[in-house]
Amino acid sequence: MALPRNKYQELLLAPTRKFSRREIGILLILSAIALWGLFVYIHQFINGLGITGMNRPVYWGVYIVNFVFFIGLAHSGTFISAILRLVGAEWRVPLARAAEAITIFSLPFGAGSILIDMGRLDRVLNTIIYGRFMSPILWDITAVTLYLFSSVVFFYLSLLPDIAILRDTLPDDAPAWRRRLYRSLALGWQHSAEKYRRLEKILGAMAIFMTMLVVTVHTVVSFIFGMTLQPGWHTTILGPFFLVGAIFSGSAATIMIMAVLRWKFHLEEVLSFKFFNYMRKLLIALALSWSYFMGVEHLTVIYGNTSEEMSVIIAKFFGEFSATFWVMAFFCFFIPLVILLTKAKRSIGWLVTASVIINIGMWLERFIVIVPSETYPRLGYDLGHGLYFPTPAEISITLACFAGMALLYMLFTKVFPIIPVWETAQEIPGLHGYHGFEEDEAEEEHAEAPEQIPGYGDALEAGHA
Amino acid sequence: MTRWGMVIDLDKCVACQACTVACRMENNTPVVSPEESELGRSILWNEVFPLESHAELAAEDTGADFLTRPCQHCDNPPCIKVCPVQATYKSDETGGQVLQRYERCIGCRFCTVACPYGVRYFNWYAPEWNPEIARHLNPDEEVSPRARGIVEKCTFCIQRLHKAEQLAEEEGREFRASDYQPACVQTCTGKARFFGDLDDPDSLVSQLARSRRAFRLLEELGTRPKVIYLKEG
Repeated sequence: MALPRNKYQELLLAPTRKFSRREIGILLILSAIALWGLFVYIHQFINGLGITGMNRPVYWGVYIVNFVFFIGLAHSGTFISAILRLVGAEWRVPLARAAEAITIFSLPFGAGSILIDMGRLDRVLNTIIYGRFMSPILWDITAVTLYLFSSVVFFYLSLLPDIAILRDTLPDDAPAWRRRLYRSLALGWQHSAEKYRRLEKILGAMAIFMTMLVVTVHTVVSFIFGMTLQPGWHTTILGPFFLVGAIFSGSAATIMIMAVLRWKFHLEEVLSFKFFNYMRKLLIALALSWSYFMGVEHLTVIYGNTSEEMSVIIAKFFGEFSATFWVMAFFCFFIPLVILLTKAKRSIGWLVTASVIINIGMWLERFIVIVPSETYPRLGYDLGHGLYFPTPAEISITLACFAGMALLYMLFTKVFPIIPVWETAQEIPGLHGYHGFEEDEAEEEHAEAPEQIPGYGDALEAGHA
Repeated sequence: MTRWGMVIDLDKCVACQACTVACRMENNTPVVSPEESELGRSILWNEVFPLESHAELAAEDTGADFLTRPCQHCDNPPCIKVCPVQATYKSDETGGQVLQRYERCIGCRFCTVACPYGVRYFNWYAPEWNPEIARHLNPDEEVSPRARGIVEKCTFCIQRLHKAEQLAEEEGREFRASDYQPACVQTCTGKARFFGDLDDPDSLVSQLARSRRAFRLLEELGTRPKVIYLKEG
């Protein structure tokens, strides 16, 4: 049986063939940071959450910020691979796995952040033994577990033919563990047209389910805050606002990863600027949506002008959180929008700069949603001093989470092809192949040609053809 | 049904904090260092504080308003709904106190965030006492010191209810509402606190709760607190 014919096959599989010395060095550094975080966590587990900066009334700090942020990062994967699959955006194909891998490796740190934040991790099973389904935490456990499980299945299914390709093309001098790994993970996949057709069907059907799930999960994450009566949290806009923010930061993270992959694995031919440009346009749309929600939320609250809501707003706009708030506003919206509309049109470097700024901004946004509301609770008396600063312990654990995520991601790219080989193949026996790479050149030619506005009739004819 | 409630007459309260101290000795709430206290990590099931502290009002005005605040023991408590392990619950069999199962709490602090009154306290470290104070801990097992990493709160001194019921049984007589009184009520120097059955229309607390001076904290939220305040003046 013939393998799918992909002219870039060797290029895409090259990173999985061996570890370079520099890569091993990076892996060691990441492991060291992750282990340091683990050490700090053990210290926290033994001594108590007192080693954090959390207090009364700021009972939740950066661990919960990380929880929302990591779950948010995860959303881009499903957005790009499921939602864009449903709307038939072919350009997603080479990016889908890189984005989905963010989902897979970010979710455990999101869920893990909740565990890190718990006072008594040793009693975590109580949530199952004595679970109270009226609590949004139980909703979260259900939603995130389902999301993680479904994403892994979705991810694995689309990886399956590529594992088989790895198995079939393994050089003779490859280490035995790779041979064993690929053989067992490929589950005996044969490259027959029928199998590919079935796989496409299943992935299409799962995409519908994943789309609903991605909307639900981040809405449920927002319910942890929205279901309480706290000023600034108790609003119906929180669900969609969290969702848009999640896809926003996740898409920015996808661009960052794409750029690193292109640079490190020499994928200039495959990850051409065209794909970055699609993501750039997506980011512009998301930045505008994000600012729309931001504007609507604040205008409604300020116009209503109730005293308990205003104490939060004033703290954010002019008070002790104003520096964080305005940096967030500029990082999430104004600065990236200017870059995206100008410099990033032609430069991946600028696009990555905008993406990094967006992600710093989105982390701060999660902080700004969570901490000021806690600092100014409804009953206007002095609960404590309530000024919250993360301690070195919290910062260490946060950095360790990011290092851990990068570590898993990097290991993955060294074992499996991060750009799908079968999905980007020009020819799969019995199936139409992917021609997104060629269209690239066609489009460039088109751009130079005098402007033509294709009529809708052309599209219809094309459809009939 | 009995529904235990408390009335606090703010006209009589002199903000002496005797309630806070009595509560501490009765319920073995841990002492924290001044630095921890500065972070707002003191554990005071009953707390006395000036109102409107975010404004400078209290500082300027010598007639500062003080509020003394135990758990409000809501009939519709926002803290209970959010607990993922049913560690916090309203004990209807014992008269509607909002209680905490210390051995079950996982320390997620959702209840502390959800409570609009800020009456729930988290054990950031394992509790510690210096030996002098440790000798005076209440030996009652029901109030034995709580572990690190969990939430604790005012119980209306539920252990005193259990003791009072037991005593009535030993003495072979019917339990009366007046047998049970939390430590803060018993100790109140200005006799500003009253305690009793809100479901008994003739009880003193019921009568006071009907007073035109009566109000409840954040009444508009619909939490239906069983702590009723009487306005000053």
